[in-house]
Amino acid sequence: MDEQTHRIGRGVFLATVAGGVSSLFWGKAAWTRVTGVVSPVAETLVPVLPSSGWRIYSVADHLPTFDRASWRLKIGGLVDRPLALDYAALRRLPRVEQVSTFHCVTGWTVTNVRWAGVRIADAIGPAQPQSRARALRFVSAEKPYVDYLTLDQSRLHDVLLAYEMDGKPLSRAHGAPLRLVIPDMYGYKNVKWLERIDLVPESEAGYWEALGYDRDAWVGRSNGYGT
Amino acid sequence: MTRYVRRFSRTERAFHWTNATFFLVLLASGLVLYLPSLEVAVGRRALVKDVHFWTGVAWPTALLLVALLGDRRGLLRLAREIDGFDRDDLTWLAGRRHVPQGRFNAGQKINATLTAAFTVLFVVSGLLLWLGERDTKLRFASTVVLHDGLFFAAFALLVGHLYLAVIHPATRHALRGMVVGTVREEWAAHHHAKWKPQ
Repeated sequence: MDEQTHRIGRGVFLATVAGGVSSLFWGKAAWTRVTGVVSPVAETLVPVLPSSGWRIYSVADHLPTFDRASWRLKIGGLVDRPLALDYAALRRLPRVEQVSTFHCVTGWTVTNVRWAGVRIADAIGPAQPQSRARALRFVSAEKPYVDYLTLDQSRLHDVLLAYEMDGKPLSRAHGAPLRLVIPDMYGYKNVKWLERIDLVPESEAGYWEALGYDRDAWVGRSNGYGT
Repeated sequence: MTRYVRRFSRTERAFHWTNATFFLVLLASGLVLYLPSLEVAVGRRALVKDVHFWTGVAWPTALLLVALLGDRRGLLRLAREIDGFDRDDLTWLAGRRHVPQGRFNAGQKINATLTAAFTVLFVVSGLLLWLGERDTKLRFASTVVLHDGLFFAAFALLVGHLYLAVIHPATRHALRGMVVGTVREEWAAHHHAKWKPQ
């Protein structure tokens, strides 16, 4: 060391730590701004990056595999005519398209997702739900994932059983061939790999709710946010 | 006969390689959790998550153990060395690379400082991710952004570090110093002119 030494290292260290910790309060806003510019470029350069914003969360050892020949969507529980729709029958139901934003409870958000699929009423109507039914149980092929919506929640205008995302059939990672989409609630309510919908007397705790998450997962108004 | 001088003590090398080992395990398991393509290929998210989390807990613990069991005074001297920047260091940082440097050049000091700061931030944000899953009071919308942002910053630093330590012909001799402890005397005189090896 020479005569005049400046203690700079500790300053760089502390400033970096302080900047990082403070980003807990501004990081998401800044990141959204940056990725708006960067992600189309990054996605082209490095196609494996999750730059479109999606993360793939799963709870089982392997993601379920969709087999078109054997796949059925069963509709049962409190119904007069239990149903098992095959994939072709599902695709014959009235098709709707919508663009909505997807929020994950861990903090990431994907805007302008283009979904196509069917409204829940069109799928469960033919099974003739009984009047005692007040809620729906969505059962995933990924065991033991399950979640619930009340019938009222399931009738929100943009709740969808989606089989297409961004113009393509739903990919395996996103829940092929069918997932629930409820934009007003966090992603864990948007059950992937749907294989069964049951009409039930009341809503219960789904997979994450049994682990302490809110049953009514309203975006910005649940799970500790916005309170 | 080539003469060698000792650049890194056993404690310094143990500290470095402990950090490197834990970082690489965290990097590999973290990438599986982060990249959709790897997540689909590997699956077993709960297991990978456990590996990632407990490796993250063991990481600072192991570094602390190395420091406590090793040459503590030597590490304190090392910290002071990295903390201090003299006029030549500042000139070096300003882009004029031909000023004489000590045992560490200014870039190496910055690298070590940022690595230490990133370690603290990785551990803090990682713990917050884990705790936030269990208690909504500890959940922040930006925790995942901080953890991911750190990954990008630390990865860039790692790529630069590996390039200089393994590939770049003028500097890669430094790797020998980190593996066996010693470097060639004439190499040290050229790259670290102000350093007076013991």
